[in-house]
Amino acid sequence: MTRTTQAPKALRNAGNYIDDRFHLAKTGKKQLGKVFPNHWSFMLGEIALYSFIILLVTGVFLTLWFKPSMAEIVYDGAYEPMQGVTMSEAYASTLYINFEVRGGMLIRQIHHWAALIFLAAMLIHMLRVFFTGAFRKPREINWLIGIALFALAMVEGLFGYSLPDDLPSGMGVRILQGVMMALPIVGPYASMFLFGGAFPGEDIIPRLYMLHILLIPGILLALVGAHILILWHQKHTQYPGKGHTEKRVVGTPMLPAFAVKGGAFFFFVFAVITALSGFVQINPIHLFGPFTPTSITSGLQPDWYMGFMEGSLRIFPNWFDIDVAGYSIPTAVLVPGLVVPGLVFGAMALWPFVEAWISGDRRHHNVADRPRNAPVRTGMGVAGITFYGLLWMAGSNDILSETFSISLYATTWFFRITVIVGPIIGFIIAKRACLGLQRRDREQLEHGYESGTIQQLPSGEFIEVHKESSEDVVHVLESKEPVSRIDVRALDENGVEAPSSRGLMGRLRLRLAEWYTRDNVSFEGVEPHTGHHLRHGAHGEDNLSPQDREEAATT
Amino acid sequence: MTDTNRNHDNDGAEGPDRVIGTPSSAAGSRVIADNPQGDASQEGAYSPEETHTRPEELQRKGERTAAMWFTLAFLGGVGFLVSYFLFPPDAEGHPSIASPLIGQWSNMLMGGTLALSLFGIAAGMTVWARQIMPHYEVANDYDELPSPPEEKSSFSDFFMRGADESGFTKRPLMRRTLLLAMAPLGLAPIVLLRDTGPLPRDTLRHTLWEPGMHMVVEGAARHGEEGWIHEDDLTPGGMISALPYVEPDAEHPHGLSLNDQAQTVILLIKMHEREFSEEMTREQRNWTHNGIVAYSKICTHVGCPAALYESESHRILCPCHQSTFDATNGAKVVFGPANRPLPMLPITVDEEGYLVADGDFSEPVGPTFWDAQRGK
Ligand code: HEM
Ligand code: FES
Repeated sequence: MTRTTQAPKALRNAGNYIDDRFHLAKTGKKQLGKVFPNHWSFMLGEIALYSFIILLVTGVFLTLWFKPSMAEIVYDGAYEPMQGVTMSEAYASTLYINFEVRGGMLIRQIHHWAALIFLAAMLIHMLRVFFTGAFRKPREINWLIGIALFALAMVEGLFGYSLPDDLPSGMGVRILQGVMMALPIVGPYASMFLFGGAFPGEDIIPRLYMLHILLIPGILLALVGAHILILWHQKHTQYPGKGHTEKRVVGTPMLPAFAVKGGAFFFFVFAVITALSGFVQINPIHLFGPFTPTSITSGLQPDWYMGFMEGSLRIFPNWFDIDVAGYSIPTAVLVPGLVVPGLVFGAMALWPFVEAWISGDRRHHNVADRPRNAPVRTGMGVAGITFYGLLWMAGSNDILSETFSISLYATTWFFRITVIVGPIIGFIIAKRACLGLQRRDREQLEHGYESGTIQQLPSGEFIEVHKESSEDVVHVLESKEPVSRIDVRALDENGVEAPSSRGLMGRLRLRLAEWYTRDNVSFEGVEPHTGHHLRHGAHGEDNLSPQDREEAATT
Repeated sequence: MTDTNRNHDNDGAEGPDRVIGTPSSAAGSRVIADNPQGDASQEGAYSPEETHTRPEELQRKGERTAAMWFTLAFLGGVGFLVSYFLFPPDAEGHPSIASPLIGQWSNMLMGGTLALSLFGIAAGMTVWARQIMPHYEVANDYDELPSPPEEKSSFSDFFMRGADESGFTKRPLMRRTLLLAMAPLGLAPIVLLRDTGPLPRDTLRHTLWEPGMHMVVEGAARHGEEGWIHEDDLTPGGMISALPYVEPDAEHPHGLSLNDQAQTVILLIKMHEREFSEEMTREQRNWTHNGIVAYSKICTHVGCPAALYESESHRILCPCHQSTFDATNGAKVVFGPANRPLPMLPITVDEEGYLVADGDFSEPVGPTFWDAQRGK
């Protein structure tokens, strides 16, 4: 192998030029040596980032032709089926992009597919961060930024979807307006101000356009920037493994390997989105026709990320609406429109702080949790997914009803019930599964893994031979820490109950701590591959030594 | 201060980090400086234990594979450019892609070639990273995030001295008046929003409908009297979605504005009078004509057109969130989330039997707002 000993002159000159002005040589070396841990799940955030970049680029192209105007015109463009139809300039210009700009349809479809994938990648990325506890100190702020990003991106997507002013897009705006109207007292004012008068008016599309291409992307860009700077500064979490400690991160360095891998992945994401846009039609506005407030097609579906809102609007009944002396508070609009998203985003935003409060854990965490080792958190996550997922499915209940020939109202009732019961069941199952996995881990740690080889003992008994796990596996298994919790029996120096466990909040906290840690499996005192005292092949509760049981009962 | 010295070296790139308010990473940079990476005798960028070089044959094979992918990407890119120019407008400037079929072909060709090109680059780079470049397992230290207590207290000391010196803490009159000065400025941008739209006043309570106004089928071309809906146009079980008839004028060459359509659109439903529910009030019956009822088509939930009508059960269904209204009973809500019945439009006929309005809606149309049912 030959080695280029010195940078080429041009590069050196450029480097010197920059360093003379910014003093970057040392930091540059440090930053280019930054390490990125290897795990597929770290690519989720990357997908989100890359699709965001694609959105910015394609969005700029769309602005070259799109006309954010609601002025009524009679279409006389190139697309024959619409000739002579009255429509807004916005809709006509979108037809123009589709049928008169070469590659325009492709850009529109890339923009739309990228939006769908952007939000999906963010959501799954958030789930990864949640289930591995990567939101814990010191990364809480980045978690909050992430939630703000997701919520804003939802709004950004809704507004973008509204711009072409086709039939479904106008319906989305109508629903937005209807939800605003329901706000007690301020509703009609807010709606009149946003729409510049009665619905639909002539102002809403220009205004949404400004929000869609300037204000919200600006905020998104700033938040993405902050997110990545924080990540860069604090470094990634890493999964447990050999040499992966709270103090040292192991992985691929930026220069040269990660730069190339990341670059490759960007092109890969772009390629997939482009292929989808080339071959899978998305939002064919030319088939939907222009928006009119008076007509609608059935089976209308919003983009996927609005589905849970749509679902909650569908299944929340009007039983709690308040009507007194001619004044109404339509809770059937306000709860699904505001309370449900508030609950979903609020719960996510609060969770890191609630968890830290319950567990009293104020340490820094760089090694990610395995989801099974935090059963209550994992259970809550699964409950959340179930809740969100059921609401999302309820958003297509008419299609489900049609596909499976079930009565429409039966599907509504199904979702009304399961949205409450489902998360509870999900929580219980997920938590049990985690505890089961913990026991299996403990067993494997103590006496190796089940090799699949069956042996007959002289006594005639059959056993499965266990083999020692590899060093890496042992590291992973040993990464389980006792679930931390506040000390119940803490007494201060005067022998008085610690203030943290007194009062209403104190007792609530104790209760929660108890719930959070109650049936966790203890790995205390377990030494790798010393499990001779355990019966081979035994599972579950039997594995708990009497001492553990006692512990389970007291903690 | 020791702090300043140590950070001097990496002021530049640490800058952005400071912006987000995290402590500086003095510890981390020290570790890097101690690493023997700068050793000139060493071949690679990282220490040999952290670098797993690939065998030469694999690298050579990798180079060939990557080159193949990059060539493919090049061809794809050229293909993209070609497919752009394959679909030019015709001699009169009429775009060929305006025909949906050709448009689809153009979209597939451009999308396909572009995707191929991007994929080729992605695949080639992946081969590069996995077969040519060494596999790295480099370790970095996580920075110790909290600054040592003495640095923290030295900072806070410094900050407070500065603040005290400035007089901000010691001169309450100045401080308070400054805050006072800020308050109206903070309100200014909000006040400026006032002219984004008119106040609702009672516009939400009135529509264009007035006694004697004729009706036309919604969506159909509306020209002159022949478009008017006659009472005989409806048979029991029938439903027509209708709008008021207005003469086209200069401002609205196509008749009604979208705003007016959004408020005035109605469903005309005919049934046998005996099918009317007993719960219907006398007043409501007076608003019907010969078994024909007129309801606002705009759902009282959040405003979708409640466009579906099931003639056997006389139920109106809103396809958005499936609020269901009973047409035999003043459009009472029988299922779903809507808060109140669809407002009723009083109707009657003129001398010739054409349906006309007999007034405005019984209640504000559209999504229910807080005082929609006031003064009823
Ligand atoms: C950052 C996240 C963004 C998301 C989630 C997003 C989403 C969307 C969606 C779903 C549409 C509807 C596309 C369709 O018609 O099928 C749209 C339209 C549009 N977007 Fe974006 N967008 C984003 C950023 C941008 C940016 C940064 C710009 C411009 C600088 C932009 C410009 C446009 C324009 C002009 C349209 C209307 C043209 C059309 O609908 O074809 N977008 N956007
Ligand atoms: S708008 Fe009609 S049910 Fe929601």
